Amino acid sequence: MSLRDGPFGTVKVPLTWTAAVALIVAVVAALAFLLGDRRETLRASAYDQVRRAADTVTKPVGEGLSAPVRWVGGIGDYIGSYIDAAGENRRLRIQVAQDNQWRDEALRLREENARYRALMGVKTDPPIPMVFARTLTDARGPFSNTRLADAGSDKGVIEGNPVLAEHGLVGRVTGVAPGVSRIMLLTDTESRTPVMVARTNARAILTGDGGPTPKLAYLRSHDPLVEGDRVTTSGDGGVYPRGLPVGVVVKDLDGGWRVALDSDASPIDFVQILLFHDFSQLISKAQLEPKTLPTAMTEEPTTAMPVPPPVKPPPSSAAATAAPKTTGTGPASQPSAKTPAKPASKPGELRPAAAKPGAAKPAAAKPEAAARADRARQGTSLKPVADAARKPVAEGAHKPTPKPAVPAHKPAPRPPKPAPDQEAAPF
Amino acid sequence: MPANVARQLNPVRWLGGPMLLCALATLVLTAPIRVGGLQLPEPVFALVPAFAWAMIRPSILPPFALLLLGLYMDVLWGGPTGLWPACLLAAYAPVLLLRNILAGQSFIIMWVWYAAACALAFGFGAYLLVLDSGAMPSLVAVGWQFLVTAALYPLAHTLIERYEDADVRFR
Repeated sequence: MSLRDGPFGTVKVPLTWTAAVALIVAVVAALAFLLGDRRETLRASAYDQVRRAADTVTKPVGEGLSAPVRWVGGIGDYIGSYIDAAGENRRLRIQVAQDNQWRDEALRLREENARYRALMGVKTDPPIPMVFARTLTDARGPFSNTRLADAGSDKGVIEGNPVLAEHGLVGRVTGVAPGVSRIMLLTDTESRTPVMVARTNARAILTGDGGPTPKLAYLRSHDPLVEGDRVTTSGDGGVYPRGLPVGVVVKDLDGGWRVALDSDASPIDFVQILLFHDFSQLISKAQLEPKTLPTAMTEEPTTAMPVPPPVKPPPSSAAATAAPKTTGTGPASQPSAKTPAKPASKPGELRPAAAKPGAAKPAAAKPEAAARADRARQGTSLKPVADAARKPVAEGAHKPTPKPAVPAHKPAPRPPKPAPDQEAAPF
Repeated sequence: MPANVARQLNPVRWLGGPMLLCALATLVLTAPIRVGGLQLPEPVFALVPAFAWAMIRPSILPPFALLLLGLYMDVLWGGPTGLWPACLLAAYAPVLLLRNILAGQSFIIMWVWYAAACALAFGFGAYLLVLDSGAMPSLVAVGWQFLVTAALYPLAHTLIERYEDADVRFR
C-alpha cells in the first residue's frame, strides 16, 4: 500500500511551510558546524578527517589547475624576455654596478660581525630543517586566506610549522594530510602572530583581517613607530622562531599601524615549511644532558683540607692576647679549631691602615685642605678607604663592624693612639 | 492543467546543474592565477543559485543544497566550517519570504535586490566572524568580494528566466 492510498494521502502540507522548516533545519545545522569549528587552534584534532580527505582530493585537482597557469606564465615570460632583452640588459648592468658596492659592504660587515660574535661569545642558531613545497590553491576571500601546499605529514610537516616564501614569512600550517598541507596566511582573519619591531624591540600581535596588510594590535612601545620600521617575529609563545622577516610598518588611514608583508613582493608559488617544533631544537642536545659531577668527598675536614703547620707560640704573655689571622678570607670571628691562632706579637698587623703610623705618614704631611682637594680630584673619600682597610677583617661577617674584628672572647689589643695630625689621613 | 506540466521541474536540472557549475567555477578560481601581477577576484558563485532558487519556487531541497555548497566552500577555502552555509542561507531566507513582492520586477530592480541579498550574506558572514574569532574583517576586502559577486546577477537572471515558469503553481 502506497502512502497515497493511506489515511494521509489526502493531507496536503503547504509547500511554503515545509520549505521554511527545511530552511530552519539547515540554518541550525550550519550554526552547529560553525560552533564546532576550532580552526584557529593548533590541535591536530581540530583539523578533522573530512578536511584531510578533502585536501587530499583537492591536491591533484589543484595541481591540474595550476599547471596550465604555470605553463602560460612560463610562455609569457619567455616571449617577454626576448622582446625586452636590450632594455633588461641595460638595467642589469646598472644593477650589477650597484650590487658590487653592496657586496663590498656585505663583506666588510660580515668580517666585522664575525669579530663581534667572537668577542661576545655569541653562538648562532642552528639551522632549522625545512621542506620545500609548491602552492596549489589559493583562497583569497575576506573570511579566509589559506593555501594548499604539496608537502604533508609524509615529509614531517606538522600543525604549527612556520611557512616562508622567497622574501619573508607567509603564515603557518594549520592542517596536514599525507602529501598535502593547509597554510593559514598572515592575512587570515584568525591569524595572530607575535612580532617585534626590529628598531625598538616593541612587541605587538600581527592580526589578520582578510586584507593585504594585517594590523599591529596590542602594540607595546615607549618609542613611537616610524613608517618603514622592520617587523620580525618575536618568538613569543614558541610558535615561530625569533627573527623571521615579516614586513615593514605602514600607517593606516585611521591612524593605526599595519604591516606591508615582505612575502607580497613576489608570487607565493614556492614556499619553505620550517620543521620547527619548539625552542628545544635550537639548543644542543648535549648541553641538555645532565652533566656528570665529580664524586662527592665525605672525609673529615681535618684530613680533606690542607692544614698549615702549627706555629709554636712564643713563650711570652702575648699568647693570652692571640688574635686570628686577619689576612685570610674567612670570618674573623671563626678561628680554626685545629689551627693554633697566630699570636699577635705585633699589634700593628691588626690595625686599620689609617691607624698605621708608618703608612699614614706621607699623607699626614700634607695640610688638611690639600688632602681634601686631592680626595675631591680623585673622587675618593676617607670612608671607602677606611672600609677597604677593614675589609679583610669584616669580610664574611653578616654585619660590617666599624672596629677591627677580634675574637669575641679575647680582648683586642689596644692600638697605639695616632698623632692628631694623622687621624684624617686617607693613607 | 495537466499534472505533468507542474512536474516538469526536475530537481536534478534546476538544483543539481547549477550546484555542480558553482562547485566547478569555485574550484577553478582557487588556482593561483595572476594576470599582470594581480590576483584574480574570487566571487562567491553560490550566491547566484541562492537567489535564483528562492525566486523560482519554495522547496525543501534548496536549503540543504545550499548547506552542502557552503560546506564545500569552507573545506575548499579552508575557512571556518559552517560560515558559508550560514551566509548562503542568510541570503536565501529573506528572498524566499519576499518572493511574491520581487517576482515580475524589471531586470535592474532585480539586480538591486540581488545585490541587497549579497550584502546581507556578507554582512552576516562578517558578523559571525566577529563572534567566532573576535576579528573584524577588512571592509575593503569584503567590499571587493561583494562587488565581484554582485556583478554575477546576469547568471542568476538566466537561471530564473529558465525555470520560473516551469511550475505554474508558483507563478
